[in-house]
Amino acid sequence: MDHFPTNWGRPRNDLSDAYGTFPLAQRPYNGGKDMFAEGVKHTQQPIVTGTSVLAIKYKDGIMMAADNLASYGSLARFKSIQRLHPVGKYTVIGAGGDMSDFQYIQSILDDTIIEEFAASDGHTLGPVEIHEYLSQIMYARRSKIDPLWNSLIVGGVKDGKRFLAYVDLLGTTYSASTIATGYGAFIAQPLLRKAVEGNENTLTEDAAMAILEESMRVLYYRDARSLDKYQLAKITADGITVSESRHLQTSWSFAEGIRGYGAQTQ
Amino acid sequence: MTSIGTGYDLSASTYSPDGRIFQVEYAAKAVENSGTAIGLRVKGGIVLAVEKLVHSKLLVPAANKRILTVDPHIGLATAGLQADGRHLANRARDEASNYRDQYKTNPPLKAIVDRLGLYVQAYTLYSSVRPFGISTILGAVDKDGPSLYVIEPSGVHYGYHGAAVGKGRQLAKTELEKLKLSDLSMREAVLEAARIIYVVHDDAKEKDFELEISWVGEETNGLHVLVPKDLLDEANAKAKAALETFE
Repeated sequence: MDHFPTNWGRPRNDLSDAYGTFPLAQRPYNGGKDMFAEGVKHTQQPIVTGTSVLAIKYKDGIMMAADNLASYGSLARFKSIQRLHPVGKYTVIGAGGDMSDFQYIQSILDDTIIEEFAASDGHTLGPVEIHEYLSQIMYARRSKIDPLWNSLIVGGVKDGKRFLAYVDLLGTTYSASTIATGYGAFIAQPLLRKAVEGNENTLTEDAAMAILEESMRVLYYRDARSLDKYQLAKITADGITVSESRHLQTSWSFAEGIRGYGAQTQ
Repeated sequence: MTSIGTGYDLSASTYSPDGRIFQVEYAAKAVENSGTAIGLRVKGGIVLAVEKLVHSKLLVPAANKRILTVDPHIGLATAGLQADGRHLANRARDEASNYRDQYKTNPPLKAIVDRLGLYVQAYTLYSSVRPFGISTILGAVDKDGPSLYVIEPSGVHYGYHGAAVGKGRQLAKTELEKLKLSDLSMREAVLEAARIIYVVHDDAKEKDFELEISWVGEETNGLHVLVPKDLLDEANAKAKAALETFE
């Protein structure tokens, strides 16, 4: 039995994707085959994906934002997924890319935090250590040509020091006062830089929140894989707060006037 | 066979004619030489306390812990060979991590104790290994509330309201029986635990000891941690005071 609905009733293995069913533009042949004929296969594309994560430094610490959507190709499949994950008492990681890989990363990090707690040696992992550890994992996996398909932002505050850095499926890392992944790197990053750079030590919590909300709104207008439901994470000296889901106010009345797409003829 | 001994105690893989395994009983003797460890299951959680005998003034205070953390909500106290205690704690950590990987939920103490029981028992089966020279008290607050278990060198394990192992276990048990454990608060239990450790400590034989107390429950947000210094100091002071009236 072929359990893959997209293969039902298809006499040919079409190369063109007439029904827009990304991510399976080239449909797999699911008939009998020698499973090992092509050797070991590794992840070659993400399946269930999250889109952008945004993060900025501000006066009291780090603030991050990510929407609640996990897409299956272009289908908005899961609409209440949390993509901001606290790790220990000082750090939050946010992930775009493959959500099952992200869940795996979460379980690795949670295990590590428990191991460190059980050691009860008076040391705890902060954002610096967690970012370094993550980057080693990501680079090791890409070197096996079996990457964890994510771009991650690690943000946190420990011992009065703010930390904000990025790591992705290639093991690439960098640190900056504003970071955006995925589509947000194109659309939101310029907005964040304009608002934050040079103001890292004066930006208030309310202002930081407003900047991120506005960037999330712009992303929701532009990014077809985004959702108008998102969460904010705040990491300060007082600890971590991940907000409840928030709703973005948007106005689509301008769309009436657009001509050239969809069903309108005139 | 040599001229002395029956030969039935040379390995844990041989029974004596009356059905005993001497090596396992000798392991229990190893436990009796160690400082006392007790566990109290009270209303809001678990309190573990250990009488750590200090055999040299050169030892760093508070080093060589005999109460260890297995998982954020599980604590373990041992009496017997210290190295065996640390080995079993490491095994318990592995089991807890394995349980969490498989079921994606915090391991209930019962599951961990069952697995550790099997592990300890396996060391009574082969001529190539010796049984564990420890009795282990495990305490946790999990989805079913506070729970307290003891694992013996034979691998048997029972659940308890109050548990005592090691040198002073007999006296400690009678002291524990006097308490109304289910009515005690965690703070009261810490003070009682300290008092019992002071009571069972035999000044004539060992001069010095260090009191080690940990707790898990309402007071600690469900985490197994050593009690804070001020509470430990208070427990030490009150236990010393109570000892004067006790004698």
